[in-house]
Amino acid sequence: MKQLMVFIRKEFHHILRDPRSLLVLLGMPIVQLLIFGFAITNETRNTNIAVLDNAKDQSTQNIITRIESSRYFDIDRTLNTNGQIEHAFKTGKIKVAVIFQPDFQNELAHANKAQIQIITDATDPNQATTLANYISAIVMDYQSEQNQQNNLPYTINTEMRMLYNPELKGAYSSVPGVMGMILLLISAMMTSISIVKEKELGTMEILLVSPMKPALVIVSKVIPYFVVSLINVVTILLLSVFVLGMPIQGNIILLITVTILYIICALSLGLLISTITNSQQAAMLVSLLGLMLPVVMLSGYAFPIANMPIVLQVLSNIVPAKWYIIMVKSVMIKGLGFAGVWKEALIIIAMTVFFIFVSIKKFKIRLS
Amino acid sequence: MNKNEIVIKTDKLTKKFGDFVAANEITFEVYKGEIFGFLGANGAGKTTAMKMLIGISKPSFGKANIAGFDIYKETEKIKKSIGYMSQKFSLYEDLTIRENIQFFGGVYGLNDNEIVSAGNKLIDKLGLHDEADKLVGSLPLGWKQKLSFSIAILHNPKIVFLDEPTGGVDPITRRQFWDMIYEAADNGITVFVTTHYMDEAEYCHRVSIMVDGVIKALDSPEQLKKHYNAESMDEVFLMLARSAKRGE
Amino acid sequence: MRTLFFLLRKEFLQIFRDKLILRVIFVMPIIQLIVLPNAANFEMKNISLSVVDRDHSEYSRKLINKFTSSGYFRLTDVSSTYEKALESIEKDKADLIIEIPQGFERDLIRENQSKMMISANAINGQTSGLAVSYSNAIIKDFNNDIRVEWIQQPRLNPFPVIEITSSNWFNPKMNYKYFIVPGVLALLVTLVGFLLTSLNIVKEKEMGTIEQLNVSPIKKYQFILGKLIPFWILGLVVLTIGSMVSLIFYGIFPSGSFFLIYLFAAIYLIALLGFGLLTSTFAETQQQAMFISYFFMMTFILLGGLFAPIENMPDWARYLTYINPVSYFIDVMRMIILKGSGMADLLKHFGIISLFAVVFNVTAILHYKKTI
Repeated sequence: MKQLMVFIRKEFHHILRDPRSLLVLLGMPIVQLLIFGFAITNETRNTNIAVLDNAKDQSTQNIITRIESSRYFDIDRTLNTNGQIEHAFKTGKIKVAVIFQPDFQNELAHANKAQIQIITDATDPNQATTLANYISAIVMDYQSEQNQQNNLPYTINTEMRMLYNPELKGAYSSVPGVMGMILLLISAMMTSISIVKEKELGTMEILLVSPMKPALVIVSKVIPYFVVSLINVVTILLLSVFVLGMPIQGNIILLITVTILYIICALSLGLLISTITNSQQAAMLVSLLGLMLPVVMLSGYAFPIANMPIVLQVLSNIVPAKWYIIMVKSVMIKGLGFAGVWKEALIIIAMTVFFIFVSIKKFKIRLS
Repeated sequence: MNKNEIVIKTDKLTKKFGDFVAANEITFEVYKGEIFGFLGANGAGKTTAMKMLIGISKPSFGKANIAGFDIYKETEKIKKSIGYMSQKFSLYEDLTIRENIQFFGGVYGLNDNEIVSAGNKLIDKLGLHDEADKLVGSLPLGWKQKLSFSIAILHNPKIVFLDEPTGGVDPITRRQFWDMIYEAADNGITVFVTTHYMDEAEYCHRVSIMVDGVIKALDSPEQLKKHYNAESMDEVFLMLARSAKRGE
Repeated sequence: MRTLFFLLRKEFLQIFRDKLILRVIFVMPIIQLIVLPNAANFEMKNISLSVVDRDHSEYSRKLINKFTSSGYFRLTDVSSTYEKALESIEKDKADLIIEIPQGFERDLIRENQSKMMISANAINGQTSGLAVSYSNAIIKDFNNDIRVEWIQQPRLNPFPVIEITSSNWFNPKMNYKYFIVPGVLALLVTLVGFLLTSLNIVKEKEMGTIEQLNVSPIKKYQFILGKLIPFWILGLVVLTIGSMVSLIFYGIFPSGSFFLIYLFAAIYLIALLGFGLLTSTFAETQQQAMFISYFFMMTFILLGGLFAPIENMPDWARYLTYINPVSYFIDVMRMIILKGSGMADLLKHFGIISLFAVVFNVTAILHYKKTI
């Protein structure tokens, strides 16, 4: 036990001696969470659009004023011809163009029909749909006001309830996602690199011939990073409660417990990476290049798993972050107890056991 | 050795790191073809002084002239006329012997024919035919060191600087290593070497002993022993180094 | 020139010697490019629906039918009470509950209006917003059907109607993959190029070989070029393979010119690699270099507009994207590939990225010292 402490202290010295790395390890989650909490959002605002008003009458003016006064759009007044609009799309200056037919008001009054054309930059189809919907809604709004026709017969009134997140805050999905991503990346990367470094510098042999059991050598290398990860968890939770305004509904001890299980899982994944790589460079490439995008895209955080093709839905099951994110949402947002998360917890434990088992096998092969 | 031709000349060369004077007004001369031993305890300032001479550390003040070039203004010219073998093994371990030879030969401006012939000669001399296309990382330490030295003089420099070249090497290899140093000196290459082994100091034409950043003694091993009335260089060194105030 | 040739040969030998790294930088990005964009899909097709029908009338059944046959919803749970339906949301068995109260049909016919409830799991505000708007559209449609059933519609529309037509340029089929593939490709090229360069010089520092180079007559610019060119070529190779993958697997062929993509990528890579080298000259150990590059890569990528539009960001974040080389690359890739933007449209992007290239590399050369 005393030997173990000596080793652990050595690892802490390594980390503390290098303030730059420590700053990154502890500061990264803060930066990332703030970016996700505030900057990355699909809420439309301040989008530049062009309006081509071929009528210039009272009605079109009214509609344009309404579009402009919504917080979604900024109208670029310098664009007045078809040619300019096409160029503006190609340079990325505008995302939408709204075109009114000539003689708009007259047509509307006498033929009971007038046309508005919406052109969207569908490079991002998701954004394009949203923007077109917003503009349609504004126009419809204007129209129904004009018609004074609000009380139609046989009306079904729908009452909406947005469960768990009535204000539709982005943080509710980004906090669990960021936790799942950061804890996995940092833990896996740090462990794999620090073990491979000893291999590369030849100091691993020195540790292995010491009277400590190899398993304890590894444990001692991993513990400091475990501590760093725990500090990160605390920072993330504090930030999400006090800065992003997302309270913890469930039991905080349960939340911490499942998080610890997840960190251990991530650390053992790092261990596995360290057994298949021989240089720090390779370890980093595998853990960053290999984990980052799959975790972001397959964990159900950036894109809903239910929308994916079946093959990818199946594949998403081997991403530990998927299960962890489900648990965080259950405990933190839905306020569920142990009964609500035990299955996911079991899967995480099984993954951990698998990673450690494979690492030991690989390790033994190399020694013999 | 040719006492008429001076290849290294320093005048009050000094390096300060803040208040700490690592090398204090070092003044000496080294002759062409000489094997010059540069001794001192750990932390005495040897490596600092050497780094100034090879142009990777700027002196705080003082003058020096290496192979006829000024240490401040002509570092790039100096670099072409010297070879260097560092304390830390610094060939590319993930390249083969031949690839290392090609690389360093090319960097020092040898043409293709010269690289091939010098490379073959080197491999012949070290008897590394079977290993020539193996990774350097897989060689035993002694071979690595001999290879490092051979590559450091591949471009036939005027001076070669060796920083503790024989650390961790077995006695037989050390002997062979020194044979190579003598051969280089006979070919007119000046050898500037730091070492901790006092038996190696006896092999040098002249040695200087640095204590606390200052050169305390400089002469041939025989003269030094006579002057300090000592049996061996070991005794001379201990006598001088004991006065050191700087620890390790 | 000759010295540079030897430096380059050395770098390439080292890169190709490590088979694992080679696999990681070529095979991994390709597989990810083939697999991952398929996951990116905002089109909701399988929203799990829980139904609480307490009316059991013809209309309530028709309405539920309308939901399940819409293609957006999949009935996964039928509960007798709201509380039970809520449980299926807790267990993630359902995303949305529709609750039809007793008397729904009767009220609608007799009182001219009736009520129903929709509850959505709103943890992800974006997807729940979509789910709710789909259900609103379905209910509105159903509502119209009923009106048609009960009211004799006049033949001519008595009210003036504004007709809204919309056309979607550059991606008329609204294929989300066209959007995500160029972005992911840009990202992979960036990661490969940056991670390799940022570690490279530090590795020589850590191994001690840099000292041997520092005492040699290699010039600073030769050294930096010797480090830049190999990874520059690798980056362009990854881009080429990636473009082929996009063509073969996604049928994406640039509507703009290939030449322009390469021209921009070439300048972009110089800028990016310069930044990588700068990181490398600042760090003392590989570990440190890795953490620093991890930090910058993550921040660059998150603010690069890969997943969420930059226009939606608050001002401070938008200003940050102006100094983010990655966002320019992602943007240009999409503009050339999807919009067919030409040189005249991209002058601003080219100008800024060239400026980055100059600034980063000059700083890297100045900061790399051969002396201590």
